[in-house]
Amino acid sequence: MPAAFADMPAWLVAAIASFILLNGIALGVAYVTLLERKFAARMQSRIGPYRVGPHGLLQPIADAIKLMMKEDVVPTAADKPVYNLAPIVFLIPCMLIFATIPFAPGLGVADLNIGILFFLAVSSMEIVGLFMAGWGSNNKYALLSAMRAVNQIISYDLPFVFASLVPVLLAGSLRLGEIAAAQAGLWFIAYPVIGQLGFIFFILSTVAAENRAPFDILEAESELVAGFRVEYSGMKFALIQLGEYAHVVASSFLGALLFLGAWSGPGPEWLGAIWFLIKAMLVFLLVTWVRWSFVRIRVDQILALSWKALMPATLVLLLLTAVVVVWTGNGR
Amino acid sequence: MSTVAPTKTVEFEYSGGERLTMNMGPQHPSAHGVFRAILTLEGEDVVGVDAVIGYLHRCHEKLSETLTYAQYPSIASKTDYVAAMTSEFAYVLAAEKIAKIEVPKRAQYLRVICAELQRVASHLLWLGTWCLDMGGALGGGATIFLYCIRERELVLDLFESLVGARLLYGFYQVGGTRYDIPPGWAETCRETVDLIDRRIDEYERMLEENPFFLARAKGVGLISRELAEDVGISGPLLRGSGVACDLRRAEPYSSYEDFDFRVPVETAGDCFARYRVRMVEFRESLKIVRQALDRLPEGPISSRPGLKSVAQVRVPKGEYYARVEGARGEVGCYLIADGSAKPYRMKWRGASFSNLAVLPHIIPGHKVADVVAIMGSVDPVFGEVDR
Repeated sequence: MPAAFADMPAWLVAAIASFILLNGIALGVAYVTLLERKFAARMQSRIGPYRVGPHGLLQPIADAIKLMMKEDVVPTAADKPVYNLAPIVFLIPCMLIFATIPFAPGLGVADLNIGILFFLAVSSMEIVGLFMAGWGSNNKYALLSAMRAVNQIISYDLPFVFASLVPVLLAGSLRLGEIAAAQAGLWFIAYPVIGQLGFIFFILSTVAAENRAPFDILEAESELVAGFRVEYSGMKFALIQLGEYAHVVASSFLGALLFLGAWSGPGPEWLGAIWFLIKAMLVFLLVTWVRWSFVRIRVDQILALSWKALMPATLVLLLLTAVVVVWTGNGR
Repeated sequence: MSTVAPTKTVEFEYSGGERLTMNMGPQHPSAHGVFRAILTLEGEDVVGVDAVIGYLHRCHEKLSETLTYAQYPSIASKTDYVAAMTSEFAYVLAAEKIAKIEVPKRAQYLRVICAELQRVASHLLWLGTWCLDMGGALGGGATIFLYCIRERELVLDLFESLVGARLLYGFYQVGGTRYDIPPGWAETCRETVDLIDRRIDEYERMLEENPFFLARAKGVGLISRELAEDVGISGPLLRGSGVACDLRRAEPYSSYEDFDFRVPVETAGDCFARYRVRMVEFRESLKIVRQALDRLPEGPISSRPGLKSVAQVRVPKGEYYARVEGARGEVGCYLIADGSAKPYRMKWRGASFSNLAVLPHIIPGHKVADVVAIMGSVDPVFGEVDR
């Protein structure tokens, strides 16, 4: 912690850090959507947003203003307290998971000693808000989507956890900072077989746990129109979108941290945060690439993929990692 | 809206579970127009479907009685607006048969070129929207969709330089065609055809080497040969169920017997089989266009003198059912003429209308997600269903 903060009370430091982080996330996420739109446009031989500002750089701002100005429509038959609360309940865990991520050595809100556990536990809590949205809307499409959500997220959180535990075993720590530091010599993705498999499983289960295409059966606009958020408009819709993208970005950071060596890279140490950002964005673009090239798979196929393939595979991989760690004497 | 009870429910192993009635359409992102399916669901499983049509009815058949033989072809194109050339074709064929008008060879070849280009354009839109149904506007489906639209634009550009219009053409006329190809058109057409041929290989690689696509398309929406024949579906659906029936081969019209092409048949009867049939049809259509351009005879484009008034075309008393192989199947036009400049009565046989009848037989038992995949593979155009 820099010396200037040393004589401030701890709560004030935490408040300032959270304030900076929250606004950083909101702005960052807005620009991540622009990145995705540009990237998707190039994949589809289009140009993408170009009109607002140079090269469309002000597009996210325009979108935010538009969403704020929109009328907030509440369906007459909606369960109002649940309906109104859902976007916030959905957003909070998505924001909270950023707290544990160390963006550079020592630069994070809270580098908990059970950081990864906190991340995984809180990130799976978004399902509560999601189901509230689906239920409270009192819409058949939304209800179907919410039921799918519960199925899918519960099915994919387990492989997600198992895949994330592979680097934990390799590093011998649950603290995200220490997992990152343990990769100073060798990134975990370069670890023979285990690293690559772990990364692939991690990406697969992240895509699914985040409801991104080809696993976006919650949104499924060709069947369920927009799924659980079909009745939302204006700022509430924006909060849900923000939460979703925040979750994707946080998972990209986690992927870069667990497998791509976080802030390690050439150049002076202060470049670490930049390296981390670049790696996280590479993970994000990988997920985006998957999203824009596959068709959506069906709900039963998604569940079968999780329980019949991904779960056993990640479990075996986890066991294998444990054996390797004991064998090579890397364990603590 | 949900208070409307399904009028007809096809039962499928009722498990006694709680049921939910859900409206899909008429306003729905994947309704392919204004189709309304009242689905009865048990969880994710569809146990019954009731198809409601008629939202786009425009009295085409009655309207045709008030329009002359010279006027109606451009209106006929509005029945199936995705493949506008096809219905014009059927209408003028019926009128020519009754009046016993010989169509010059050059006009016949031009008609074939346009009909086949139209089939390519229509199939491109089908492939794009079908993938959009399965893959979503915010996913891989949108990528394929935009690629397909990019190629469809090229075909529409060809039509635009030929006719001046991009969607509804009025190119066919009783006795021949309205326009001859402009200079340089044949070369542009050849280049476009070659380009589309290459791009179709790309789509095939992108889709068929994609396990998710195969999982969604294979074994879904099975139409058995018996069901196909009973319901009276036609076109790629029929050929995907193992019946080698193509009017261009079975009952050649407009010099189709001059061209060398293959009628693709798949026996599986599922969405993937219908996809394969259409993918081969792309190539065969392009092949026909190339052959027709190579052998395009010289001569007049119409056997009739230029029109001075819209009521000039008179068709003697008689009746005829003319049918052509459209992109979606058999498009038929039953025409009764009474000797005046306007038909006495006209009836359309829309391929989409007949194909749609198969939906209640194949949808029950599938998941909600499959409903859109099956509907996309049937490829209905609601202008043609409701007319």
